[in-house]
Amino acid sequence: MRKIMTATAVAVALAAYGMAEAKTFRFSSSGDINGLDPHVNNEAPTNAMKNNLYETLIFRDYQLKLLPALATEWRQVDPTTWRFTLRQGVKFHDGTPFTADDVIFSVKRNQHEQGGMRTATLTIKEVRKVDDKTIDMVTEGPNPILDQDLSALFIMSKPWSEKNNTATPVRGIVGNESYANTHVNGTGPFKLLDRVPDTRTVLVPNENWWNKQPQHNLTRVEFRPIANAATRVAALLSGEVDMMYPVPLQDIPRLERTAGVKVLQGPELRVVFLGMDQWRDELLDMPGSGKNPFKDKRVREAFYKAIDAEAIKRVVMRNVSIPTGEMVGRGATGYSKELESRYPFDPDGAKKLLADAGYPGGFTVTLDCPNDRYVNDEATCQAIVPMLARVGVTVKLNAQTKSKHFDKIGTRSGNNTSFYMLGWGTYDAYDMLYNIVMTVNATPGAGSNNSGRYSNAKVDELTKLIRVETDQEKRNKLIYDAMKIHKEDFGHIPLHQPPLAWATRDTVASVPQSPNDYVMLRYVKMK
Amino acid sequence: MAVASVPGAVRRFVDSDVFYSFRRSKVTMAAAAVTFVIVICSVLAPWIVPHNTYDVRSLNLLDAFTPPVWIEGGKPQYLLGTDDQGRDVFSTIMLGARVSLLVGFCATLFAMTIGVFLGLVSGYIGGTTDAVIMRVADVKLSFPAILIALLIDGVARGIIPRDMHDDLALYVVIFSIGISNWVAYARTVRGSTLVEKNKEYVQAARIIGLHPLTIMIRHVLPNVMGPVLVIGTLGLAGAILAEATLSFLGVGVPGTQPSLGTLIRVGNNFLFSGEWWMTIFPGVMLVILVLAVNLLGDWLRDALNPKLR
Repeated sequence: MRKIMTATAVAVALAAYGMAEAKTFRFSSSGDINGLDPHVNNEAPTNAMKNNLYETLIFRDYQLKLLPALATEWRQVDPTTWRFTLRQGVKFHDGTPFTADDVIFSVKRNQHEQGGMRTATLTIKEVRKVDDKTIDMVTEGPNPILDQDLSALFIMSKPWSEKNNTATPVRGIVGNESYANTHVNGTGPFKLLDRVPDTRTVLVPNENWWNKQPQHNLTRVEFRPIANAATRVAALLSGEVDMMYPVPLQDIPRLERTAGVKVLQGPELRVVFLGMDQWRDELLDMPGSGKNPFKDKRVREAFYKAIDAEAIKRVVMRNVSIPTGEMVGRGATGYSKELESRYPFDPDGAKKLLADAGYPGGFTVTLDCPNDRYVNDEATCQAIVPMLARVGVTVKLNAQTKSKHFDKIGTRSGNNTSFYMLGWGTYDAYDMLYNIVMTVNATPGAGSNNSGRYSNAKVDELTKLIRVETDQEKRNKLIYDAMKIHKEDFGHIPLHQPPLAWATRDTVASVPQSPNDYVMLRYVKMK
Repeated sequence: MAVASVPGAVRRFVDSDVFYSFRRSKVTMAAAAVTFVIVICSVLAPWIVPHNTYDVRSLNLLDAFTPPVWIEGGKPQYLLGTDDQGRDVFSTIMLGARVSLLVGFCATLFAMTIGVFLGLVSGYIGGTTDAVIMRVADVKLSFPAILIALLIDGVARGIIPRDMHDDLALYVVIFSIGISNWVAYARTVRGSTLVEKNKEYVQAARIIGLHPLTIMIRHVLPNVMGPVLVIGTLGLAGAILAEATLSFLGVGVPGTQPSLGTLIRVGNNFLFSGEWWMTIFPGVMLVILVLAVNLLGDWLRDALNPKLR
């Protein structure tokens, strides 16, 4: 009997010891990630998760600085050629070694027309293998920001992809069961243990990571989406999760006063805007009419002027957002103070513009909106409905979870939307111009998220020049010109730069908040 | 003749044991008064609310989050404060109770119709028909009602095209709550029918050659309705709660027609930040409504129970 008791005591003591050593970091956000395929679904929370599992040649850290990752060194040999020295001794999670062939393969896969991350490799014409540890990338015309671009190119294993029949990406979110979208084999600091979409994603550290002095001290990471904001706050307060984001803005003061909880705040490198269908001859909501009001600039201007961005800031965003009239936020290259100022809120002017355009009684349109992506996204859309109603426009709100929203407004469904909300975060205005503003496929992959298909040949020309301009001052001028044309065209309606708000419990020693809203697990330390 | 009999019927009701027991119980009278006021206010809500919150034009975002009038910062035109979109909470509660009651009544009526019919058929015909219906009822009873309602709601959402959701959502909710509650009626009616069908009046009706359906509806039904009314009243309270649960979970009535459950769900997001009025007041209203209806149901059960007289 005594023996059994002793054994039990020892077992309990061991278990307690084991628990003390285990550092499980549990975190939560409003929505699930969109999938695991590193070359589709270009969305910040999804990219952030891929960033924990996969690696890029050049890593962008939490201060947005570029650091060596799978490439140890890089330099521009001539205006169109960049030479990279590859890190040696790196292994993928399945044990296969990382080689130059994997880089060549990943560039090709990323450039595939089904890919969603094509911005990263758009300018690359050719990847040449110089020797086993050196590659050359040849760009089509000079690309002064190739190093920045490559911080979004995740490297996959060529043999693994080919063996599992997933050598090309498959676009889409809902029901995308392609192998690479449901399995992971990267070189990153964490490995995937288990994933159930919309329920949980469990990671464990990669003990064979090349960086033998990782800055984190985690033994396990659990991510789960909690869509309801109040439930998410409750989960943090009850200790069910160690960290969660975004914090509902109305709860920030209370959480700041709560012992054992810390709120991290900062501006996010993102602009939330509304887009309008400017290509269909007939609006989706007006079948049989043969009309699309948004093709008329006056209608777009009326929508812009009917929306009171200051009221949205004060009430919906609780005074912590930055209303903006520009498509890129403070902190991004190409930002302009002058373009940031919004045209004044002017409902009477909006009514007059609508009347001039031939819609004195307004019209009906559906607003597609996500309800678990951006800070107070649905509330923002709800606030816009009465504002437009007051100038005569009836808005039907279609707010849904982000995977369905992005599938609906995205290319998978042929941009099945007339009026939608989207947010885009970028370090450089070129990325915004290329993905959101440029005419769809003006250059391969351009306008990837230009769901309203705004199109202006002058903007396209300028954007092409920006891509190859190496003089920063001239480049900024070109960006300014392109953005100004777009602003005067009312191509999109920028609303605001949302705030970043994360909250952690005192079980967490440190988790750096990156302005791109990435949770970088490699820096997370538990107490 | 028919006109003359109306005062007679009223007189008979006033003289009846049921009305006597009603007058004896102050709690019941209070419950009836509360229910009456709520029902009248709900029915007339669109015409008497101080602020028609369905009219989006009337919403002013800058009035959002106004506290109730007796708290600092409150405004006289918003008695119970406003919600996150600047809607008057008092008005949304009246309009919300209307939706809740509508769904509750319709779902209960639907469940009652199915349940009573199946119970009658089951009890009167007996044999294999009875066995099949009652086994289905047993299977149905082994699932929680809310699970069935969630299931139907989910399937309906998958089938119905997205742009028709808002128009049809109300019917889907009524159907799903109704279909998950018919068993109680069917079982009760079947039991009573088994007793009634061997009584002389039924045998007499059968002998003169009346159609079984006529016998069931004209002769048996009126004599088994007492317990059904009791279950119906209690079921109404249950249906209102079920609707609130579904709407709280976000699968109930569409957001454009908020019920009490929807209001509680929306307000719940602001509970932590101290804007309690958005969720507490609809919650209190739901409690009062369900409590009042339940008390009425309890009284009706006692009043109609011969053993307790």
